[in-house]
Amino acid sequence: MALPSYASPAQKIWHYSYLTMCGLIFFFLIFPIVVIIPLSFNAQDFFTFTPEMLALDPAGFSLKHYVDFFTNPDWTQATYNSLVIAPMATLVSVSLGTLAAVGLSQSHVPFKRVIMAILISPMIVPLIISAAGMYFFFSAIGLQGTYWGVVLAHAILGIPFVIITVTATLVGFDRSLTRAAASMGAGPLRTFFKVQLPLILPGVISGALFAFITSFDEVVVVIFVGSAGQQTLPWQMFTGLREQISPTILAVATLMVGLSILLLATLEIMRRRNERMRGMTPG
Amino acid sequence: MTTTATNTPTPELSGGALKRQLARAMRRQKIRALLLTAPLLAFIILGFLMPIGSMLMRSVDNSIVEETMPRTVVALESWDVTSTEIPSEEVFTALAADLQIAVENRSALVFARRMNYELAGFTTMVRRAQRAVRSWDIENDGPFREQFIEAHAGWGELETWQAFKTYSSPVTAGYYLAAIDYTMISGEIEPIPENRSIYLMLFWRTAWMSALICFMTLLLGYPIAFLLANVKERYANLLLILVLLPFWTSLLVRTSAWKILLQEQGVINQLLVWVGIVADDNRLALINNKFGVIIAMTHILLPFMILPLYSVMKTIPPSYVRAAKSLGANDWTAFWRVYFPQTIPGIGAGAILVFILAVGYYITPELVGGPSGMFISNRIAYQWNSAGNWGLVGALGSILLAAVLVLYWVYDKIVGIDNVKLG
Repeated sequence: MALPSYASPAQKIWHYSYLTMCGLIFFFLIFPIVVIIPLSFNAQDFFTFTPEMLALDPAGFSLKHYVDFFTNPDWTQATYNSLVIAPMATLVSVSLGTLAAVGLSQSHVPFKRVIMAILISPMIVPLIISAAGMYFFFSAIGLQGTYWGVVLAHAILGIPFVIITVTATLVGFDRSLTRAAASMGAGPLRTFFKVQLPLILPGVISGALFAFITSFDEVVVVIFVGSAGQQTLPWQMFTGLREQISPTILAVATLMVGLSILLLATLEIMRRRNERMRGMTPG
Repeated sequence: MTTTATNTPTPELSGGALKRQLARAMRRQKIRALLLTAPLLAFIILGFLMPIGSMLMRSVDNSIVEETMPRTVVALESWDVTSTEIPSEEVFTALAADLQIAVENRSALVFARRMNYELAGFTTMVRRAQRAVRSWDIENDGPFREQFIEAHAGWGELETWQAFKTYSSPVTAGYYLAAIDYTMISGEIEPIPENRSIYLMLFWRTAWMSALICFMTLLLGYPIAFLLANVKERYANLLLILVLLPFWTSLLVRTSAWKILLQEQGVINQLLVWVGIVADDNRLALINNKFGVIIAMTHILLPFMILPLYSVMKTIPPSYVRAAKSLGANDWTAFWRVYFPQTIPGIGAGAILVFILAVGYYITPELVGGPSGMFISNRIAYQWNSAGNWGLVGALGSILLAAVLVLYWVYDKIVGIDNVKLG
């Protein structure tokens, strides 16, 4: 990207204006996420920076929105619901998804393209259509408004991500390892758990993170399939945003940004581990 | 891997025997692969595809009319929909009989609600008739024609019977016509009045706003992807985090961030007032309109454009552009004639992905769109929640779904579903 020493003035101007433009676009990407963090410490119930905050006066800052989040039963119950639904949904999509991805990665799978298209479809179909369809189906089998109904619905939404990430890791998987294990007398189950799974684990974990965040961030389907007893954190946020916004949302948003940073870091570690295992050096 | 590698031919296996054994091994492998996939496939088909299919079937289902009003439907068969007179006494007697049973089964109002979607005021008519019909003795109290008209004048109107006759079949195209702002009450398909038509406009708005958002993400995403692909890998990984952080941040968090930033008392307006571009008492309306939706959705979908572009640009060898320049091309020609054409697969992949995701958006238009920034999904949700018109939900949904599936198919052709990458 460095400019050659023989660059003409026009090229220099273009180069620097291009970099400035990129800087502005990065600013556009990050600014909305970063700006809510200081706003969440506002001592007033405003959504803007108060003069005290701009002057960095400690009196302008407080943790009261966080206190509200951790003490208000509406928010704590919603957090609890999210925390019991998301891991279970993740478990269902990861176990079924990994199994299917291993199956699909074999050579000579008949109808591979069609199966793939079906398994990825929950990611593509507009959520409102999935939600309406699942509502009728889950009502018919008596799962509408129950914990398991929401778990299964969220598991379906998470599956495409598991399939995509696990299939991607399996592309680089050396088949002779499973053959070696088999030739030494290990059964298929043992080969899978002792040889294949540890090697594709990074893909499985990133799939799990995707599935978790899909459930943890999902509003539309849970509103249709769930009932008041399954009111999750995003649902509570959505209601709060639609009716009157309470500044507690800023605190929730900040905590959720923290969560995504955590997930991103985990994913990055997984990626590096995966590359190291394949004999590549991390970049 | 191939099966031959595992089954090294032994001397005693010759010709046909070997072939058979290989075929058997191959078959076993195929079955194993399918068995591993089967549980998930069954789960998705049962829990996802079939529910959506049956929901969409509601868009043509009209059996309620024939089920609640069997005698009237039969009696109406002899009545011509183009006739200028209302049906004869025979039809009204059948109606009285049907309605009496329907009142007992509590299905009269379900039927009325269904007809009310086509002809406003039908519920009132049925409700009035229902009250009267309870005390009638079908055998002796006739003729009923005048009594019905007395209960509600609507029963004497031609339009009522035209609608009844048109919507008496168990399968109807009525919901689809309604979904594109047409009606066939009088037996003929005709557009509904301008002031009530909304769906075509919403489909069109969803399409052009999604296209605009798609274009905006390309405009902003292309330079970023180019930068990521051309700096040292160490910097690229750092910069990539700036793209991945919004990608991983909750959709609701990003939407609420924009809602908070763009509102009248929000940070953007605060900044503009402070700089002096905007007067304090004349703050800009940046939210609850199309502008808010476009800004927020461009921001939310930008990573979906950058990531496919970046993965394509990474594979373009820099020597091509250098070769073009050494042959005398200036910077622009080298970029436009040599570099840009190689990025088109990435543009295609990113653009289709962003467009597919954008047309189905619900949350962001709902929260920052207001009435003028509403998408078709929001209207579907409204029909589902408030109006309860499930046939129309099915019809609108299947039109939207058909559009998405066509794009999905194109995406598969261009990119291949198994080439989708995340992060």
